[in-house]
Amino acid sequence: MSYDLVVIGTGPAGYVCAIRGAQLGLKTAVIEKDKTFGGTCLNVGCIPSKALLHASHLFEEAAHDFAGMGIGVSKPKLDLKQMLSFKQEGVDGNVKGVDFLFKKNKIDTFKGTGKITGPDKIEVVTGNGKAEVVEAKNIVIATGSDVTRLKGIEIDEKRVVSSTGALTLDKVPGKLLVVGAGVIGLELGSVWRRLGAEVQVVEFLDRILPGMDGEIARQFQRILEKQGVSFKLGSKVTAVDTKGKTLKASVEPAAGGKAETLDADVVLVAIGRVPYTQGLGLKEAGVELDERGRVKIDDHFQTNVKGIFAIGDVVRGAMLAHKGEDEGIAVAELIAGKAGHVNYDAIPNVIYTYPEVASVGKTEEELKQAGVAYRAGKFPFTANGRAKVNKTTEGFVKILSDDKTDKVLGVHIIGPDAGTMITEATITMEFSGSAEDIARTCHPHPTLSEAVKEAALGVDKRAIHM
Amino acid sequence: MATEIRVPTLGESVTEATIGKWFKKPGDAVKADEPLVELETDKVTVEVPAPTAGVLQEIIAKDGQTVTIGAVLGSIKEGAGGAASTGSAPKDKTVPAAAGRPDQKTETTKPVAAGPTPIQPRSGNEQRVATDNAQAPSVRRLGAESGVDPASVSGTGRDGRVTKGDMLAAIERGPSVANAPSQQMRAPSPADDASREERVKMTRLRQTIARRLKDAQNTAAMLTTFNDVDMSAVMKMRAEYKDAFEKKHGVKLGFMGFFVKACIQALKEVPAVNAEIDGTDLVYKNYYHIGVAVGTEKGLVVPVVRNADMMSIAEIEKTIADFGRRARDGQLSIGEMQGGTFTLSNGGIYGSLLSTPILNAPQSGILGMHRIEERPVAVKGQVVVKPMMYLALSYDHRIVDGREAVTCLVRIKEGLEDPARLVLDL
Repeated sequence: MSYDLVVIGTGPAGYVCAIRGAQLGLKTAVIEKDKTFGGTCLNVGCIPSKALLHASHLFEEAAHDFAGMGIGVSKPKLDLKQMLSFKQEGVDGNVKGVDFLFKKNKIDTFKGTGKITGPDKIEVVTGNGKAEVVEAKNIVIATGSDVTRLKGIEIDEKRVVSSTGALTLDKVPGKLLVVGAGVIGLELGSVWRRLGAEVQVVEFLDRILPGMDGEIARQFQRILEKQGVSFKLGSKVTAVDTKGKTLKASVEPAAGGKAETLDADVVLVAIGRVPYTQGLGLKEAGVELDERGRVKIDDHFQTNVKGIFAIGDVVRGAMLAHKGEDEGIAVAELIAGKAGHVNYDAIPNVIYTYPEVASVGKTEEELKQAGVAYRAGKFPFTANGRAKVNKTTEGFVKILSDDKTDKVLGVHIIGPDAGTMITEATITMEFSGSAEDIARTCHPHPTLSEAVKEAALGVDKRAIHM
Repeated sequence: MATEIRVPTLGESVTEATIGKWFKKPGDAVKADEPLVELETDKVTVEVPAPTAGVLQEIIAKDGQTVTIGAVLGSIKEGAGGAASTGSAPKDKTVPAAAGRPDQKTETTKPVAAGPTPIQPRSGNEQRVATDNAQAPSVRRLGAESGVDPASVSGTGRDGRVTKGDMLAAIERGPSVANAPSQQMRAPSPADDASREERVKMTRLRQTIARRLKDAQNTAAMLTTFNDVDMSAVMKMRAEYKDAFEKKHGVKLGFMGFFVKACIQALKEVPAVNAEIDGTDLVYKNYYHIGVAVGTEKGLVVPVVRNADMMSIAEIEKTIADFGRRARDGQLSIGEMQGGTFTLSNGGIYGSLLSTPILNAPQSGILGMHRIEERPVAVKGQVVVKPMMYLALSYDHRIVDGREAVTCLVRIKEGLEDPARLVLDL
């Protein structure tokens, strides 16, 4: 078979790319090596972790907050097996959705491992070893990423787990040691903390959430500590002894010094992800990688080989599903001769803990380092009517805008529903809008989003409710 | 069946208008093409004719309201004849393009080249923002407060939109505009004075005149050179041929024809005065569209005599007379006021002795004419009385040198003092 477009990988970048290509009239096929479509995000990433975050948050609320609202319930009991199948139902529903969308858009699907054997040929090897050759005028590599491993620590996905294993623990660990205070570690650490585990997070750097705004990260750390998560910053895990019934992790200061041993029932390694290019035949096809093992692409997502493109986690940029999706749309449009484009300055980033953390654009640290003169407007949820009445007053909104032009440069929110509220900031940035533009846009009352408006007013030192 | 009355296209760069006055009330019978409503734009007042005959059913945009191009102003209920068309609604079945139909992909799909077709980089100005309403709220506020029209600012935002930063920069570029915003707040008057004040909304035309004059002052390095001209020859010629001219051409022989001709001859010799600045380029215009300022009840308008260099004096006089008549009636079209390369302003008809006209941007020169009066002048050692007029040429010193400006004005003077030079092209 010969196609206009063949996408390798059906994660958010790949499947969205295929659908957009089909919409534009390209004869399109996808190749997926896993049993189900959807990639890491839908199967073992964003989606299942959100199911567990949602369920565990309600579990915690039922235990701690219901009584205060006048809802009398006996102490909630955890049925972990049911919670995991609740999660799995959600995953299955989403995965089936992708299947449906492929059919709806008449996209052919090949289940097997794709290997590029020429600039327009892909060999697909199925589970039973049969090989099939697919011809493609344009190939899009969307193979995503894999868990970063830590030297000296072997992941067995039972006791020493990656994010994948941490989504399917069959019982709540007594002690969970999380290696890495990034998004994944803090989300999954939160889940098991709420369900009863004692959670300790070890981070190599001296702060959590590297790359996020420092003020946000500090407040977030305080909130998590209040929730019972403990942190060991500036430390590294050098080994995990799995011989005994209890795991023994060797932890030493990042700067060097005396090692100590921490006990744990489960160790979660969440130090990041690496591009996944194994077995793709890139070397043979002459596709270049960069120094960090990512597929090298130009401004139009094309590799050094004409007709071979790459998007998503396997290329430069943040490893975020929505970034990959937008790249998928852009590359499909470019291949179809249209003007696809991704604005990397306006890609939001969300941590789905409670409260949520969301940001878009530059942090204060980045602006300072770049020597950009800016103004900051901040507004705490303690002064927001809706947050007050819901007793969800943790967190604040911070808007950073250019001192001269008032153009919004970055927005950082910590608070309930931050992930939903960040969108108005992203749209503003996409249109090069100013803080005043947000401030002069009517926001519904009473909502948490009014805090965004107030922060925008705060840039001009004229917040109303402060 | 009702027919919508819409705001017609009013010429390039005009995006909105203000309803001046409705001539008809709902319920009034109207004839096709009968003027229904007056619209004021930045440049002219236009009348919107009835698209069809019938009865004015509804007025949607009221007097004083601002409307965009294409907006619905009201509707006309067609007469009995019109009501007969009771056919079913038109079947507006859109046929989807094959490219958008994944189910039609096999044969109809546009083949995609193996080496993908060169990918077009996103070109900056794909779309222009259609109306003021498309501007961001901060931009609208700054526009209202500073008097800088966002439509005149080039945008750096998505799809060329104007951002707050663009507006701030534009306001800063014209410092006096920023310092003296056209909508500046006025300190309240004492109560007994206030009762004797009358507050009238500036017409769009007035606002535009104000803004454009101020823009010209802020942009050009403007100064004025003066001279005087002995009008004896022109007046003699006029007295001699007045009747014959009017008989043949059906228009009075005035002064403007001579002035236009004299100016064109001078502009040909000093092309910088007929040029304009575009960024870092000078654009020399080898055509002569001469604007003639006409005062009207509502304000100043400047219709343009196009290709005046190719016209006879009679044709110029006819054109100007027609402009004057239609300007008074508010009937000039926008096209008739665009594209001038040089302007004549005759303050003499109101008795002005001397003035310094302001440039009609982006032009680089404007000639001010003044009253003709008999003055004693020395000719060959003798004091004689001559009909004299002062001439003032304001010019943009960025592009026109003093020598050029003075030469230009002297050439105009010479052409008028000895009209034979105009005929002989001297």
